Amino acid sequence: MSGRLVLAAALGAAVLAPLVAPTYQALLMLPFMAYAVALLGLNLLFGYTGLVSFGHALFLGIGAYTGAFLTSVFKVRSMEVILVAAAALGALVAAPVGALCVRYVKIYFGMLTLAFGMVFYTFVLKFYRLTGGDEGMPFLRPALVGRSLEDLPKTDYLVGPYYYYSLAVLVLATLVMWRIVRSPFGLCLKTIRDNPLKAESLGVSVPRYRWYAFMISAVYAAAGGALLATPTGNVDPTLAYWTHSGNIVFMVLLGGFSSFFGPLLGAFAFIFLQDTVMSVFPYWRLVFGAMLAFIVIFAPSGLMGLFARRRPVETSRA
Amino acid sequence: MILEAHDIRKLYGAYVALDSVSLSIREGEFVSIIGPNGAGKSTLINVLTGVLPPSGGTVRFKGRDIAGIGTVALTRLGMARSFQLVQIFPELSVLVTLQAAVISRLGRGARLLSSLGADREVHADALEVATLFGLGDKAHALARELPQGDKKLLDVASAFALRPEIILLDEPTSGVSTADKHVVMDILVKAAKRIGLRAIIQVEHDMDIVFGYSDRIIALHQGKVLADATPAAIQADARVVDMVVGRRRH
Repeated sequence: MSGRLVLAAALGAAVLAPLVAPTYQALLMLPFMAYAVALLGLNLLFGYTGLVSFGHALFLGIGAYTGAFLTSVFKVRSMEVILVAAAALGALVAAPVGALCVRYVKIYFGMLTLAFGMVFYTFVLKFYRLTGGDEGMPFLRPALVGRSLEDLPKTDYLVGPYYYYSLAVLVLATLVMWRIVRSPFGLCLKTIRDNPLKAESLGVSVPRYRWYAFMISAVYAAAGGALLATPTGNVDPTLAYWTHSGNIVFMVLLGGFSSFFGPLLGAFAFIFLQDTVMSVFPYWRLVFGAMLAFIVIFAPSGLMGLFARRRPVETSRA
Repeated sequence: MILEAHDIRKLYGAYVALDSVSLSIREGEFVSIIGPNGAGKSTLINVLTGVLPPSGGTVRFKGRDIAGIGTVALTRLGMARSFQLVQIFPELSVLVTLQAAVISRLGRGARLLSSLGADREVHADALEVATLFGLGDKAHALARELPQGDKKLLDVASAFALRPEIILLDEPTSGVSTADKHVVMDILVKAAKRIGLRAIIQVEHDMDIVFGYSDRIIALHQGKVLADATPAAIQADARVVDMVVGRRRH
């Protein structure tokens, strides 16, 4: 089956899921779609630019807290405004953080992003009066496309309008990212990933393009964070904790960072696998740890690598 | 004068890598820099290409002081380089590698949402350079899968795709089989004429290549310019022959 058919089938299944799947499974699709948006951005940094961030939960947290502040403090309930504000705030924070981080590579870059993530985590944990500390803040139900939908029972809201809203955001985010990675800008990122010295000799400003990629990935992560927090109705500091950053890196590895759709598959597999494993075995982290070791050693291309044994050739026709 | 270095010094701590080096490159010249290991050739190339700031002296390109301005800024000014060790993008095809150079030259790298595949100008330009370097039939091959000689050609071709005014080639035939060295150099000279290159500077160890293609030779020894003359004059200078060139068999 060609890639396009698989994609169409996956999209069709996602559209039909709330209608045919059990409600519980449809609800599990919500964090998948939120993470998928964030991972599209993270993989621009990881798979296309060659930088591994261990602190991207920072931006998920920013997106989630932006929504919480807007809905519960400023009484702004429009999801469109929340998403735009989350993205803008994500970019605003990413600008100085990224400018510092992209001066370093490999483990130093990873550790620096981790450090900034922990600074934000400590901030939201300790500034109790502002953020509610470890109890977090309420994220009130947002209105979708100008419709308040307050009268709907929560589950109906989530597996109905909110589900399709999330799906629409994911499709839009995917289309935009698809375009980005196939643009001249995307090619510049790939040259940096493959050989920064050579990229520089061809006139590609390596720090500048890394910074752009960092900003875009932060925008995606913040939007994903806002989508992620809506179903729970509450945000707390664990969203920005380093283990959360580790989880999203794991999702990318699980799906395969060298493929455009790998991280999305990784998010899907992670969410449903976590749910399944947790229901039968309390030490789910043990299982996931073993899986991570297996992937790194035996399947570095992730689940997508099982379908396509090698990275597709980058040609002008791609 | 297209490129001029005056009284360049480069120190690494107490070690003097370059000592009062002066040189000038004129329009249309093919200049070779030669010297034994440790003579300062690579340091000189790095200073001339703005990668390393000199400890003293000035480097002027098209009349502008370029000391330490960095590779990217120099590329935009019209200077390109290739490396001694082959530098490629392993996961990109030949054509896409050349497209990267073309979009950089055209200043289109920041185009976030435009389709690279639909940019006919970039495609045609990259394909022309690939053909010029004999890589047209391998345009869609991954760079990492090319034979070593073709990797070297791709490295040099990508620098040419920037359509620079001057190019600095660090051992353009290193890693290339003896039989293919002249093929590579002939391609290179032909491509230089085709794109209207104003000058070529190369660092080279192979004296057949140096004497076969150069208009002028600069011999370095222990960080200093030992000689700066035509190939014939260098050949006639016994001191340079003994210290740098070595006795060549004819």
